[in-house]
Amino acid sequence: MTFRRRTSGLALAAACSLALTACSAGSLGSSDDAGGSSSVTITYLAGNQEQDVKEAQQLIRDFMAKTPGVTVKLESRPGGTEGDNIVKTRLSTGDMTDVFSYNTGSLFQAIAPQKNLVPISDQPYIGDIDENFKKTVTAGDQVYGVPAGGFMGGAVLYNIPVYTKLGLKVPKTWAEFMANNAKIKAAGVAPVIQTYGETWTSQLFVLGDFHNVAAVESDFADRYTKNQAKYATSPAAKKGFEHTQQVHDAGYQNSDFASAKLPDGLRMLAQGKGAHYPILTGVVNDMIDTYPNGARDVGLFALPGDDASTNGLTVWTPNGVYVPNTTTGDKLEAAKKFLAFIASPDGCKSLATAGVPTGPYAVKGCELPADVPQAIKDMQPYLDKPGGSSLALEFLSPVKGPSLEQITVEVGSGIRKAQDGAARYDEDVKKQAQQLGLAGW
Amino acid sequence: MSATSVRPRAQAEASPAAPPAKGKVYSPYSNWFYLPSAVIYGVLFVVPTFASLYFSLTRWSLFESKFIGLENFRLFFQEPQLVKGFTNTLIFAVITSGSKVVLGLLLAVLLTSQIIGRGYLRSVVFFPVLVSTIGVGLTFTVLMNPERGLINGALEVIGINGPGWLTDPKWALLSVALVDVWKGVGLATLIYIAGIVSIPREYMEAARVDGAGSWETFRRIVLPLSRPATVTVIILSLIGGLRSFDLIWAMTRGGPGFTSDVIASVIYKQYQAGFYGLSTAGNVVLFVVVTAVVLPLFWYLNRKEVDM
Repeated sequence: MTFRRRTSGLALAAACSLALTACSAGSLGSSDDAGGSSSVTITYLAGNQEQDVKEAQQLIRDFMAKTPGVTVKLESRPGGTEGDNIVKTRLSTGDMTDVFSYNTGSLFQAIAPQKNLVPISDQPYIGDIDENFKKTVTAGDQVYGVPAGGFMGGAVLYNIPVYTKLGLKVPKTWAEFMANNAKIKAAGVAPVIQTYGETWTSQLFVLGDFHNVAAVESDFADRYTKNQAKYATSPAAKKGFEHTQQVHDAGYQNSDFASAKLPDGLRMLAQGKGAHYPILTGVVNDMIDTYPNGARDVGLFALPGDDASTNGLTVWTPNGVYVPNTTTGDKLEAAKKFLAFIASPDGCKSLATAGVPTGPYAVKGCELPADVPQAIKDMQPYLDKPGGSSLALEFLSPVKGPSLEQITVEVGSGIRKAQDGAARYDEDVKKQAQQLGLAGW
Repeated sequence: MSATSVRPRAQAEASPAAPPAKGKVYSPYSNWFYLPSAVIYGVLFVVPTFASLYFSLTRWSLFESKFIGLENFRLFFQEPQLVKGFTNTLIFAVITSGSKVVLGLLLAVLLTSQIIGRGYLRSVVFFPVLVSTIGVGLTFTVLMNPERGLINGALEVIGINGPGWLTDPKWALLSVALVDVWKGVGLATLIYIAGIVSIPREYMEAARVDGAGSWETFRRIVLPLSRPATVTVIILSLIGGLRSFDLIWAMTRGGPGFTSDVIASVIYKQYQAGFYGLSTAGNVVLFVVVTAVVLPLFWYLNRKEVDM
C-alpha cells in the first residue's frame, strides 16, 4: 500500500513538472525577441534538397555581406507533400519563420495568402519582376512573393551523341518522336527513360504537354478552373495520358523503369544508355555535378505535339519567397530588405554562384552566365519566340490533383488505360477544387 | 520532496478503519489526486477525439473549416482508391496474421524442443521485432530491387527469373506482407513459447504413457492448450495488420500506382494533399472498422476459451 502510494506521488510530481516545463519552453521561445535594436536576426525557411540549401546559403551570405546589422539564419524543410504540410501547419499555428520559400501557382493559392502573408505590391522593385511570375504569386490584386531562382522547363532532355551517331533530327511532332524512338531502339539504346521509383518524375508527358494543349484550346485553363473542361473529354489534353501509354505499349522504356530512380535516369541519359528523358530542367544541375560531360552532351527539346508549327515549351516558374504576417517590427523591415535583395540582379548573381541555373531568371536585369549547359541554352529559342512557350497548367489554374503521379505511373506501367487514367485524374482534382471553395464544383 | 511530508496525514484520513462516507465508493486517493491525469487525458485524448469527430464533418484547410455535414464520408466512400485500399487491408491483415499464427506456432514448437543453441536461436527469431520498421522496409526495398537486388540475384543463380517484387502489381502487396511476417513472427513465437512452456509436463508424460506419438501430443495437447496464446497472437497481428502503414509506406508508398494502397495509406495521402477534413473522416471510418472487426472476434475467441 505504502509503496503504491509513493509511486503515485512520484507520478504526480512528474506530471506537474511536465506541465511546468511545457510552459517555460513556450515562454523561452518568445523571450529571445527582445534583442538589441542595432542588430536583427531573421530566419529563412527553404527546401532541404542539396541545391536548395546551397542556393539559400549563398543568398544569405551575400545578403549579410551587403546589409550590416541583419543576421539571417537558415532552416530547412522537406519538399513535396510533406513540405506542404509543414508550411500549412506552421502558418496556421502562427509558428512560421520570418521569411520562407514555397511553390507558386496552385500550391501558393492553397496556403491562403490573403490571410497569412504580407503583400509586397508597394515595394520599389516590383516592376522588375517578370509579369508571368507575378501572376503566379498574386492573390486578389496583391503580389506576395519574389522569385528564388530561374524558370524551369518541363521538356525532353536528350543525349546529343546518340542523335549524331544515328543521324537523327530533333522532333517537332509526336509522330517524328516515335519514329526516332524506333530507330534508337533498333540501335540498342533505351529510347525513353522513365524512373517510376520516384513517382513525381512520371508526370512530364502530361504536365509538360500543356503548351501543346493551350495551342489547340487557348481557353483550357480558364474552363478547367470553372469545371467546364476535363482531361478525359478534351482530345488535346487527353494526349498527355495517351503518350504515356504509347511509350509503354511500344516497349520504348528502359527495362528497369518501374524501380529506377532519378539518379539512375540521369546516369543513363548522360552516359547515352537512354536517349530521351522527359523531366524538369531543375535536375540538370544534379546531373552535371555527377557527370560533367552532361553539360555538353545533353540537349533539350519541348514535348512534341501534333502540330510542328505550334510546338513550344511548357515552363515552370521558380519558387517564391514570402513573408508571413506573423513577422512584425524590425524583423519585417529586415525581411523586406532580404526580399529586395533576392529580387535584384545581385540576388541572381548570388544564385548563379551557387550552381547551374535551371533557366532564365524572372528578374529584370539578370543575365544568364555565358557557360550554361547546353540543355539550358536550348530553352532560350523557345522563350524568345513569341508564342513559343506557356506556363504549366498549375500556374494558370489553382486546380491540381494530388494523385497525378500515381495515375501516370499506372498508365505508364500498363496497369491502367489512358482514357481511364484521365477520367480518374478528373475525379482527383474535384476534391482539390472543392477544398479551395471554387465556384462551379 | 513535498509528497513525503504530506503522506502520514493522507494515510490517516484514508485509513481503511475509518467508516466510508455514505453512498461513496471507498477510494484511497482524494479527488484532487486524479486531476493531473484527468487534465492530461482530457487535453490529449478526449478533446482531440471529439474535435476529430467534428472536423470529420467539415471541409478543413487548417486555416478555416466549413461545416459540410456527411459530405466527407460520402466522398471518402466514393474514392476509387478506397475499395482497393479496403480489400488490400483485409488481404494484408488476414495473410499476415494467418502466417504469423502458423509460423509462430511451428517455430515455438521447434524452439521449445531440445535443440542445440536454443537460447541463441530464440533471440535470432526475436531480433527482427526490435529493428525499426522503416529500416527493415528500406533494407528490403534494396534487396527486392528487380534488377540489382540480392534476392533476384540469388534466384538467378539457380535459374529462376524472379519477379519485380515491389514493382509488379501482382506481387507488391504480397511482398510487403512477407516482410511484415518476417518482422513480426518473432513476437508471435515468443507468445507461443510462453504458452507452450506453461503447459504442465504431466500432460505430456501421461500422453506418452498412453502411447501418443509426437504428432498426437501436438494435436491433442499443445494445440488446444496454447489457445490463449493463439487468441493473443491473432488479435495483436490482426489489429496490427488492419492499421499497418509504416512498412507499406517505406516499401511501396502504396504503389505501383495504387495497387498496394491500404486504408491507412489512403488516409495519409489525403492528409498530405491537404484534405484535412476528408482524411479525418477516413480516420473515423478506420476506427469504426477496426472496432467492428476486432470486438466480435475478441468476444468470440474469449468465449471459446471459457467453454473449454
